[in-house]
Amino acid sequence: MAFINGLKCRECGREYSAEPLNVCEFCFGPLEVVYDYATISEVVSQDSIAKGPLSIWRYKDLLPAQGDDPVDIMAGYTPLIKAKGLGKQLGLNNLYIKNDSVNPSFSFKDRVVSVAATKALEFGYETIACASTGNLACSVAAHCARAGVRAVVFIPSNLERGKIVGAAIYNPILVSVDGTYDQVNRLCSELADDYPWAFVNINMRPYYAEGSKTLGYEVAEQLDWRLPDHVVVPSASGAMFTKIWKGFNELACLGLLDGVESSSFGVDQNTVHHPAVKTKMHMQQAEGCSPIATAWSNKQSQVIPVQPDSLAKSLAIGNPADGIYAIKVIEKSEGSAYAVPESEIVNGIKLLAETEGIFTETAGGVTVSGLKKLAESGAIKSDELTVVYITGNGLKTIEAVEEVVDPLDIKPSMRSFEEMFQGAK
Amino acid sequence: MSVVVRIPTPLRRMTNGKDKVEVESTVLGELVDKLNAEFPGFKDRLVDEEGELRYFVNIYLNGEDVRFMDGLGTATSDGDEISIVPAVAGGF
Repeated sequence: MAFINGLKCRECGREYSAEPLNVCEFCFGPLEVVYDYATISEVVSQDSIAKGPLSIWRYKDLLPAQGDDPVDIMAGYTPLIKAKGLGKQLGLNNLYIKNDSVNPSFSFKDRVVSVAATKALEFGYETIACASTGNLACSVAAHCARAGVRAVVFIPSNLERGKIVGAAIYNPILVSVDGTYDQVNRLCSELADDYPWAFVNINMRPYYAEGSKTLGYEVAEQLDWRLPDHVVVPSASGAMFTKIWKGFNELACLGLLDGVESSSFGVDQNTVHHPAVKTKMHMQQAEGCSPIATAWSNKQSQVIPVQPDSLAKSLAIGNPADGIYAIKVIEKSEGSAYAVPESEIVNGIKLLAETEGIFTETAGGVTVSGLKKLAESGAIKSDELTVVYITGNGLKTIEAVEEVVDPLDIKPSMRSFEEMFQGAK
Repeated sequence: MSVVVRIPTPLRRMTNGKDKVEVESTVLGELVDKLNAEFPGFKDRLVDEEGELRYFVNIYLNGEDVRFMDGLGTATSDGDEISIVPAVAGGF
């Protein structure tokens, strides 16, 4: 069972029962899950987690859906790798990569969708839907295949081929919309009013978003229940960024970190900041769609929507729902936000591939380029423990890096090879 | 100058369950005032104390976000469709 008490509006505090609902009827503010942390603290421990499955469901006591029979394609428990090659290039001696590009549908979205799909079945839905920039469509379609329910996925028609094929292969109803992601999202918000479907990032959003907390839990567990000094995270809506922070603070408050005393969650579970959590949260956006980074650099408390024009399509959300909350996390954690120049995205992809053997999509190129900037500026010191989150797989955006294909074209003979090889050396 | 307004679920209690309402209007602000006259309290849900569109509310005129037009000063004309959509959706 899930240890939750209901939902609560993050803005006005009105409370709701745990239903498929994402906005407050009164102020339109976002609804967030309210946990029964008193009970959770009695059942969860480092040992109980260690005995769990090698997926996000090892943290089932901290998730808002029942974890005994989840829709599980083994999302999560992805590698945390000491990045010696990239670290050497950047002058960082204590750099780790959280490689979430190796999830079952090849992005971190499997974490959130596994939670949302499980919750959708709990609510009795027979169709699961989403508005997607690509990765989410792949994940929703995959989880629906696993669960044996219908998937209806909506994508902008200009997506990369790898994401379209990567979703279509699971045989969902794939709806290709002639518009931007924000337009797709608006359409789906209207459809959610009229169709009895579980839209994972609309009416299921309070539950769905919580799945990203596992990105925080896993990094702490893989670091032997310590937190890093810095994390570097790509951002579109800002939701994942805020949930990693929430995950760190939950672990601290529940006494699950080594050497950290448990403490109360206070009056607002979503804004709690345990003093032991000193991780600086660094957000990376692509310059062609950087409303949160822009608001941060201009010291605005509100995020002004933009019309995206970026190579990093998975980050191309011009109207970021969690932007203002992400800015608060940056403030509290003494972190930063950076708009990576579009011209640096491909360089970031290549740098990671050539130094670590990890092929990431364009969002990862943004993240690595942002990390480089942080290292060069001295914001991250050489011995500080740093984790960079790589959240999607390069095979989904091969169009962005086609230029790397420049083979030695030869005849099938020793002579032809030796001639070309000598020239290439 | 009749404009069709699509009402989202959170506001349907105010419109007695109606999902669409027709209003005569030439400017969005006027349309909101007329909706408020018909459904008292409607305006407060959409507009803050400073008279600006609330942060968590998006209004679209024929699919275009009015924030990229003239906000509540955006002109409306016969046959237009207005959508009121909660901003908290989507993403990651």
